[in-house]
Amino acid sequence: MSVTVAIPTALRRHTEGLDRFDCSPRDLNALLDALSSRFPDLKPHLRDEQGKVRRFLNIYVNDEDIRFLEKDYRFKDGDEVTLVPSIAGG
Amino acid sequence: MSTSLKYELRCRECHTTWGNQPVSFCEKCFAPLEIVYDLAAIKKEISRDEIARRATNLWRYKELLPLPEAYDASLPVGFTPLVKASALGETFRSKSLYLKNDSVCFPTLSFKDRVVAVALTQARNFGFEVVSCSSTGNLANAVAAQAARGGFKACVFIPADLEPAKVLGTEIYGAKIVRIAGNYDHVNRLCSQIADKHRWGFVNVNLRPYYAEGSKTVGYEIAEQLGWRLPDNVVVPMAGGSLITKIHKAFKELIALGLVEEKNVKFFGAQATGCSPISLAVKAGRSEIEPQKPATIARSLAIGNPADGYYATRTIVSSGGWAEDASDPEIVEGIALLAESEGVFTETAGGVTVASARKLFAQGRIAPEETTVLCITGNGLKTTDALAGRFEAFEPIPPKLAAFEEYLERELEFAQPAGGAR
Repeated sequence: MSVTVAIPTALRRHTEGLDRFDCSPRDLNALLDALSSRFPDLKPHLRDEQGKVRRFLNIYVNDEDIRFLEKDYRFKDGDEVTLVPSIAGG
Repeated sequence: MSTSLKYELRCRECHTTWGNQPVSFCEKCFAPLEIVYDLAAIKKEISRDEIARRATNLWRYKELLPLPEAYDASLPVGFTPLVKASALGETFRSKSLYLKNDSVCFPTLSFKDRVVAVALTQARNFGFEVVSCSSTGNLANAVAAQAARGGFKACVFIPADLEPAKVLGTEIYGAKIVRIAGNYDHVNRLCSQIADKHRWGFVNVNLRPYYAEGSKTVGYEIAEQLGWRLPDNVVVPMAGGSLITKIHKAFKELIALGLVEEKNVKFFGAQATGCSPISLAVKAGRSEIEPQKPATIARSLAIGNPADGYYATRTIVSSGGWAEDASDPEIVEGIALLAESEGVFTETAGGVTVASARKLFAQGRIAPEETTVLCITGNGLKTTDALAGRFEAFEPIPPKLAAFEEYLERELEFAQPAGGAR
């Protein structure tokens, strides 16, 4: 199973400039763990001190905000995950 | 702040400063960037008298806006009427009710003219040739009009289901419109991705901190038009939640500058029930926002994932205010009530504000003797489809006095006995 994560420009200085990252996580927690272990500098930008996903980071699976999917959503092969800063619009 | 800067970007959470650049969030923690000013220096330059000598438009508050050294202030945006609303006040049992009437804001009849005016000064400063936005309609109108005048190319992104008048009101200025098959939150996410890749000036993405400051002028004007005093309460419609936080910031700045007396103004937020992530959070006593999928006729407020929702909630709760929301029928009744009582025709967002205010008064959350300002942010002619079917089509009558007399007898409840004036 392969899931692709799109990395926004603002985070690429922590990912050696990579704009995509392939992994095979079971769920969101595993995905963030995979990103954090591959790119240790990225870790504090994904989760806050309490381990919660940062308030101002939105995570989409394909076209859907992950908060609209079932709790503990299990990734499927080919899912595309996009990280997007939430501060836009209005 | 560096001494050479009059204003600069600062992260709202970690307080890192970022100078001035087209970026909306902190690269360290992704929290929003906001403009901070050297208020002590501004205090020496600005006074009520000095402001009073200036032209009646939003540029009169130039020291409190993030404007470049050189900018075009020739477009008289803002300084919309503050109208005493006695008849509506009677309905609400309010003794001191006002409308801040941005339904007649120049040039495109919504408060978005303010934010765009400020954003485009910085679009020019940063050297953007193309300006853009994600929009529920009013913002696209404002960007298209002011881009046309300013010689920018404009390309705007909208949800596919917008009101026809708001689409036409963008196309007429020669702007390119990209309709997105999705809701506003889809449009917004796409724009964030485009702004990440293309060098375009998105007024509400990469220029957002500058843009949002334009909303403060609503607050400055309310205070100045009340004779340099703050109201007790304001009722503000909420989409992304930015306007309510910026009116709050404006009042705080005026207090810090000594232009008004200190007062704890209560902030009340208004949303459509079909898109109420902020009002639900306030009612539930939390500041974290749970996103929604919007389903409301108030399309200009249909943002299910509001960028400033968290801050809007905190502004409301910390001021001692509250939030309410209005169903689609209540929104239409709100539009009609405002039109019939005050002669102001507002769009659906204004209907939301009026209908929510009605509830807040009925609940006793706003005291009748206090001064309350309702922010009416857009014009009714843009959302006439929300009123479809409200009025019967009427048959013409022949151009004959007898036909009119018969019509009078039949149709008009205020018909008087014949005799009339001589």
